[in-house]
Amino acid sequence: MKPAPFEWHGPERLEEVLALLAEYGDDAKVLAGGQSLVPMLALRLTRFDHLVDVNRVEGLAGISRLDGWLRVGATTRHRVLERDPQVHEAVPLLARATPHVGHFQIRNRGTLGGAVAHADPAAEHPAVALALDAVMEVSSVRGAREVAARDFFEGTWATVLSPDEVLTGVRFPIRAERSGFAVEEVARRHGDFALVGVVCAVTAGAGAGDRLDRAALALFGVGGTPVRATTAERALLEGASLEEVGMAAANEIDPVDDLHASARYRRKVAGVLVQRALGRAIEEARRG
Amino acid sequence: MAERTIELTVNGEARTVVVEDRTTLADALREQCHLTGTHLGCEHGVCGACTVLLDGEAVRSCLLFAVQAAGSEVTTIEGLSPADGSLTTVQEAFRECHGLQCGFCTPGFVVSVTAFLAENPTPTDEEIREALSGNLCRCTGYQGIIKAVRLAAERLQPANAT
Repeated sequence: MKPAPFEWHGPERLEEVLALLAEYGDDAKVLAGGQSLVPMLALRLTRFDHLVDVNRVEGLAGISRLDGWLRVGATTRHRVLERDPQVHEAVPLLARATPHVGHFQIRNRGTLGGAVAHADPAAEHPAVALALDAVMEVSSVRGAREVAARDFFEGTWATVLSPDEVLTGVRFPIRAERSGFAVEEVARRHGDFALVGVVCAVTAGAGAGDRLDRAALALFGVGGTPVRATTAERALLEGASLEEVGMAAANEIDPVDDLHASARYRRKVAGVLVQRALGRAIEEARRG
Repeated sequence: MAERTIELTVNGEARTVVVEDRTTLADALREQCHLTGTHLGCEHGVCGACTVLLDGEAVRSCLLFAVQAAGSEVTTIEGLSPADGSLTTVQEAFRECHGLQCGFCTPGFVVSVTAFLAENPTPTDEEIREALSGNLCRCTGYQGIIKAVRLAAERLQPANAT
């Protein structure tokens, strides 16, 4: 074993989770799938006196539809998202992004809520939530609140969640008619964190012609948080070519140099991936 | 450090282990159950050597605390093969195709491949490579391992059952 000592709590009801988090605050961390937290504990990048394990909490996992939304409970595992036909049908981008998360052994344990709350800037699910304007459902002893995806991510591994709060679920809008989705990423090996990744969602206009009604483009691995390429989105809606849109996206991100890739390389790859992703998504949207 | 007593099923047998909260499932299996076939390489989720089946699904036992496995059914490499010590189809294929050299990573590969083929009995080469991407091998260069998975898949087809 490598982690520093901690006390494990295995509550079975959400109220107990909230009480534990209220009691221990900063000294406690929520343990979901553990596929990011446990390595960080093992490497002693972080330590907590208390781990509040939410894996046994009743009702925290599961997928349901409600009025135009697909609600995914926080402890729903990646493998469930990957396999569940209603996810493919209702929120195709979520289903298609999930196989890019880690390896299948990791996806057997990792959870959607964990991936979103962990907020790794190179992770897929935060970008999917951002592109689709998902809604985060958050609870604490102070009550429940909802946070729009665009307000949720603050920086590397940082979100607006307070120490006493827990993410209980994420609501994704169910796909519109004539919409298309695509995921593109470049990683050293399948399952590694992306050097650069793009997820996009577009909706084709109702009439004939090339017009798009909606375009959403989120990039990951290019900054402290996933980012919406809003200038590129606007350019696309105004009829710019995919090449121009790719360039616009590359120009509005601010990637960093690190040992995996230079900023210049990331910018270049981002532009190309945006073109590829949009090309496929637009084709799918026009097929209806 | 406070310890807890937990009960779980390992390779079909009910076991009681006494662990610290921070004890990983891998450590509990090796040190308390004396099942040292589960190897520990990196102990932080990268190498896959410690892969076991938790309620039938392949997981990294170094990323799971033993307390979390209470009440679950764990299958280790020791639990895959028949009691008479003969090899499983996957193990046999690894042997024939030179799917191992030093053998350190092998238990993790065999457990991962067993789970993978149970879910996808007719994989493409692309799918095989993807399925193997979560396990590291420093000796073979992977080609023998890929061949072994192909051979095992072929032999596990119902039409080829003996």
